[in-house]
Amino acid sequence: MAALEIQGLAKTYSSGFWHATRKVALQPLHLNVEEGETFGFLGPNGAGKTTTLKLLMGIVFPTAGSARILGHDFHDPEIKKQVGFLPEQPYFYDYLNASELLDYYARLSGVSREQRHKKIPALLETVGLGEAGRVPLRKFSKGMLQRVGIAQAIVHDPRIVFLDEPMSGLDPIGRREIRELIVNLKREGRTVFFSTHILSDAEALCDRVGIIHKGLLRGIGVIENLKSKIADTSEVVWRGTDALATVSDLLTQSHVTGEVVCGVISGQNQDLLLERLRHQGAHLISVTPIHGTLEDYFLEHTSEQETITT
Amino acid sequence: MKTRRTKIVLAVLLMVSLAGSVFSLRAVDEARGGRATLDDVLYIRSGKVLQRASLGYRGLLADIYWTRAVQYFGAKHGRDDMSYDLLYPLLDITTDLDPHLIVAYQYGSIFLSQPAPDGAGQPEKAVALVEKGIRANPEFWRLYFSLGCIHYFDRKDYKSAEQAFEKGSTIPGAYPWMKVMAATMAQHANEPSTAELLWTELYRSSQEEALKDNALKHLTALRVDRDVNELERRVRLFSGRTGRLPGNWSEMIHAGLLRSVPRDPANAFYRLMPDGTVQLDKPGAFPFVTRGIPPGWKKTRQ
Amino acid sequence: MISRLSAIAFNTFREAVRDRVLYNLVLFVLLLLATAPLFGQISIGLERIILINVGLSAISLFGIVIAIFVGIGLVAKEMDKKTLYTILSRPVRRWEFIAGKYFGLMMTLVVNAAFMAGGFYLALLINARGLQRADVGLLIAIYFTILQFFVMTSITLLFSSFSTPIFSALFAFSLFVIGTFAEDLRNFAAMSHGVTRWLVTGAAYLVPNFSALNVISQVAHDAPVSGTLVLWNSVYAVLYSLTTLAAAALIFERRNLK
Repeated sequence: MAALEIQGLAKTYSSGFWHATRKVALQPLHLNVEEGETFGFLGPNGAGKTTTLKLLMGIVFPTAGSARILGHDFHDPEIKKQVGFLPEQPYFYDYLNASELLDYYARLSGVSREQRHKKIPALLETVGLGEAGRVPLRKFSKGMLQRVGIAQAIVHDPRIVFLDEPMSGLDPIGRREIRELIVNLKREGRTVFFSTHILSDAEALCDRVGIIHKGLLRGIGVIENLKSKIADTSEVVWRGTDALATVSDLLTQSHVTGEVVCGVISGQNQDLLLERLRHQGAHLISVTPIHGTLEDYFLEHTSEQETITT
Repeated sequence: MKTRRTKIVLAVLLMVSLAGSVFSLRAVDEARGGRATLDDVLYIRSGKVLQRASLGYRGLLADIYWTRAVQYFGAKHGRDDMSYDLLYPLLDITTDLDPHLIVAYQYGSIFLSQPAPDGAGQPEKAVALVEKGIRANPEFWRLYFSLGCIHYFDRKDYKSAEQAFEKGSTIPGAYPWMKVMAATMAQHANEPSTAELLWTELYRSSQEEALKDNALKHLTALRVDRDVNELERRVRLFSGRTGRLPGNWSEMIHAGLLRSVPRDPANAFYRLMPDGTVQLDKPGAFPFVTRGIPPGWKKTRQ
Repeated sequence: MISRLSAIAFNTFREAVRDRVLYNLVLFVLLLLATAPLFGQISIGLERIILINVGLSAISLFGIVIAIFVGIGLVAKEMDKKTLYTILSRPVRRWEFIAGKYFGLMMTLVVNAAFMAGGFYLALLINARGLQRADVGLLIAIYFTILQFFVMTSITLLFSSFSTPIFSALFAFSLFVIGTFAEDLRNFAAMSHGVTRWLVTGAAYLVPNFSALNVISQVAHDAPVSGTLVLWNSVYAVLYSLTTLAAAALIFERRNLK
């Protein structure tokens, strides 16, 4: 079963006098996430990532479309027992300490008292806040807050967890710790949906990603596939500059050092090039595929003119 | 260090300017010289407006105005002031805010109606106030007593006094004594014993310090009046027997008309005048006294 | 549902306590006790009347002020600081959030009033060197004050659900003031005609009737309060609060948050 099915969710904000000004925050979005997947929702700032999450959580209401979470309507309150959410730049009640906060949230999510007693200390350990259970939240550093945030997102053992920019504002150590926590979530079999604009995190953690820009989904798929869609090129190095003339039309770039030619060629022309070089008697040194990075894919799809590709 | 010195300077400045502002405020008070206008003391004149403004806390506001009324009168009386213009408005507002504040009506019935400087000298206003009180508290028969006292003492209207006592005596719970007073009004209005009866009852039944004090003064004055009358009567007896006026109290004592030198309630000796009248040593100590005052004596500020 | 409601209510209460809002009551108790002997000096017969007027008026006023100042932030603060996000992502219904906040603030106010009433009775005790039967009647005035809190809190919560704190405070306070004139509004309605009459009558019933809920002057004179009044005031306060809360929940139900 799909853990998450987004069926045309859209949001347009109208403001100003007589609701004259309209801002399209999210164009109709269609997106599925399978159970157990770790899905990365990528996009620059203001792309619509947070809007999507707010729509899913029922914080704002869609102008069109709907969604299903674990097979239930996304506004069904009961299904929220299976949902965990960590908002961006979270702020928690600073007059509580970490244990009290988790207890409160767990209670709201329907966790029984004995369960709470058992789980919360262990959970605090897991997120690295074992010593800080009684410290008031107003004294927490950003990294600690983020960790408490993840704790409250999973304290009720949800099957699906939504994280909005979980790494934002953290130093490298903090980021690594959060990353590990997310890997743990995955290991526990939970579905993870997280938004970020940091591509390296997405590459490290996600099974699939979706790229959103200006409210529109630009691309979605397994990272490898996406990367390979970009400029699938190779670098071919050979000795024999005379052959260069016969193949220059196939090359996108070339570079000569003494007798050695280094050329870049797109994937489809590769076989033809090798054929011709062999004919010319050039001495092949190496053929190296150049893989596009996710960044390339990202940049390509977040430029101005774009149509949806799958 | 810099910060330390700054702190000291600031502290000194604070104390100096605070002391200075206190002094200057006192100077301001002096300059205004108690010329507080009607509006100053009342702030707002209308009882109705105040009712609204009190946001439902009328009882509290009534208590505040009551306190101000008492202080207003007390302060002026202490200075032997002759005008108490604000007393009626203050009491009127107080009773608008809390119509059941009986003591305000009782206070007004004495201090609004008594002549200056012991009261505002406005018996008509006093009557209006007490009648208002009776309308709001029809079961409180003592207010009729207060009403009767105003008619009797300060308006000398014995008929109305009798009616007030009569009316009051019909209210359930009234002391039978009210009926007695009604009858007394009809028959013995002019006698000092009637006044004594009323002031004794007022003294007994008042809980308010100022009212008790006032009643006591009246009773003392009545005693002085009685004393002076009696002493002068004995002087006439002496002259009748001896054909001349006594030169001093010893002659009266020798004549068997007195046992000792007579003293007034303040323990000073009564003064025997050459013309046979008796005078008080310090008339100012006895407000309300009608006998024993030296001719031409006027109450001055002490 | 009960679990969620009580969790939210208790958490709201806890926030108020830790916010030191309630520490005014310690101050109040001390102040009142300290000034109790002074009342005797004002005028003998009035000691008790003045003490009751001051004490009960203070309990009422303090409570209303707290109801307004804490109430205006109840929803607005959570929206502002986005703490609402993690609440709404849970099985909490929007109306449960409103109701929970309401009960939490009511708990705070009742506890506050209880402490102040305790201090007040202590002052009465010191003043009169003993309690009398009539002192029980004062409890009715305190009970009515708590009913006032019911109504005031629901009103501020209503405004908090859609307005900024400053405006909420203004509106709430205005409604309190107008509410003390409720009787006058009805009289005015009786005297007017036609459209004005309908409008003013409507207003008179919409506006909370705080004057009926204030029996302080009455009990200061130890005058009894009728049982019928107690009953109907209670019913009125509950129904009025219910109406206001329902409106608040309705507004909040479809509100797009920031």
